[in-house]
Amino acid sequence: MRSLSFVDFVSLISAIQWTVMLVVLALAFGAPLGLGLATARISRFAPLRWLAASIIQVVQGVPLLGLLFFFYFGMPMFLGVQVPAILAVTVAYTLYTAGFLGDIWRGGLEAVKEAQWEAGACLGLSVLQQFVHIIGPQALRLSLPPTVGFLVQLIKGTSLASIVGFVELARAGQVASAATFQPLMIYGVVASLYFALCFPLTLWSRSLEARLDGSR
Amino acid sequence: MALVEVRDVHKKFGRVEVLKGVSLDVAEGEIVTIIGRSGSGKSTLLRCINALETIEGGEIRVEGRSVHTRMKDLRLFRQRVGIVFQAFNLFPHLKVERNITLAPLLTGRTTKAAARALAEEVLARVGLSDKIDAWPDQLSGGQQQRVAIARCLAMRPHLMLFDEVTSALDPELVGEVLKVMEEMARQGMTMILVTHEMGFARNVANRIVFMHQGRVWEEGPPSKLFTAPETPELASFIANTK
Ligand SMILES: Nc1ncnc2c1ncn2[C@@H]1O[C@H](COP(=O)(O)OP(=O)(O)OP(=O)(O)O)[C@@H](O)[C@H]1O
Ligand SMILES: [Mg+2]
Repeated sequence: MRSLSFVDFVSLISAIQWTVMLVVLALAFGAPLGLGLATARISRFAPLRWLAASIIQVVQGVPLLGLLFFFYFGMPMFLGVQVPAILAVTVAYTLYTAGFLGDIWRGGLEAVKEAQWEAGACLGLSVLQQFVHIIGPQALRLSLPPTVGFLVQLIKGTSLASIVGFVELARAGQVASAATFQPLMIYGVVASLYFALCFPLTLWSRSLEARLDGSR
Repeated sequence: MALVEVRDVHKKFGRVEVLKGVSLDVAEGEIVTIIGRSGSGKSTLLRCINALETIEGGEIRVEGRSVHTRMKDLRLFRQRVGIVFQAFNLFPHLKVERNITLAPLLTGRTTKAAARALAEEVLARVGLSDKIDAWPDQLSGGQQQRVAIARCLAMRPHLMLFDEVTSALDPELVGEVLKVMEEMARQGMTMILVTHEMGFARNVANRIVFMHQGRVWEEGPPSKLFTAPETPELASFIANTK
């Protein structure tokens, strides 16, 4: 055992970068996939709708921890090779993000009136042009607050990655607390760091909601 | 050759036949008003002309070409046909200027440099030059409907379709929209319009088409149709709207 030192705080703060990286990776892959799921959900082609709906159902129905275990412990059993933690974790969080954002954005797309598509079609625009210029921007506006809300969930959810040995903020906290036997102090710092990441987003989400309330 | 040729069109929603063999020709520059009871198929006919609905039988040609065609041709066709609905359907996330210039820009009908001038020109035609930088929800219903008309005009349509464009407006706002339409008529635009504004139908239209139960029941110049209806259905319709 050693006493709490400055080094412990540095290690915690530097562990934030892995948390942030995880969030960035999850969004980089999960957001496009989520957009794909959202558009598939409103497609005219029924099998595509069902496929997307099932994926969303599964992802939302399985605990995040289950996804992590599946890709970290389960996949090696099927594939016969050990996957690096970062890969397993990225895949799990990507799916998690895609499933939730896909559903949030589907709601946004559906909230835009059918007549808006039609107005675009009547002006001779293609379906893609209608989506990009007319429906998409309106849907995004509508789903911005819940999207930011999910972002907060995601940030906090990255703490679960520590369970499969991925060293991010929560895991760094465990390590430091084991070494110093100062769990209260250490976890207090860890919690405040999560709070510092999420709180501005919550505020932003609230101000967006207020601003988008009512018109436009 | 007529600009619009509707030949024996049949349209069903599920098992209900809404159009039961409608034929109608509209010549270039003609103003045709469709009247009839609620549910007689007026809106459906307009939507079929713009291929917003598929048809089960017959044919619709505009400028000699069938409108129920491949998607790409359909887009080009719709760029030449303006349609305005009862609900204005402006794009709420775009200012008036962008509402008007979006389609001309995306379809290559105008350039970035010329877009603002285009918006100014069509807004002047509907008397809303000062609203170019407004958001749709800052406008009254009558103004929104005029922007919707301007948005169509910016595509330089060869044909305009109007479906009860004044029905959702407060009575005091109806006049400003009708005035814009009269002006378009004077400038020679070919127009097919569904309306309950009998005064407008009487004064502006070249021809009235009375639809009843999915059929063209009676048609002719307003002077004749309103004063000497041949069918009891039209006679009672006119009596009821007075
Ligand atoms: N999308 C649809 N699905 C099913 N039925 C429809 C649809 N659109 C219209 N109908 C039916 O078709 C018939 C004709 O409707 P349409 O809207 O063309 O009438 P209309 O003459 O325009 O009436 P109104 O004066 O009330 O606008 C009505 O019985 C209506 O219920
Ligand atoms: Mg109607």
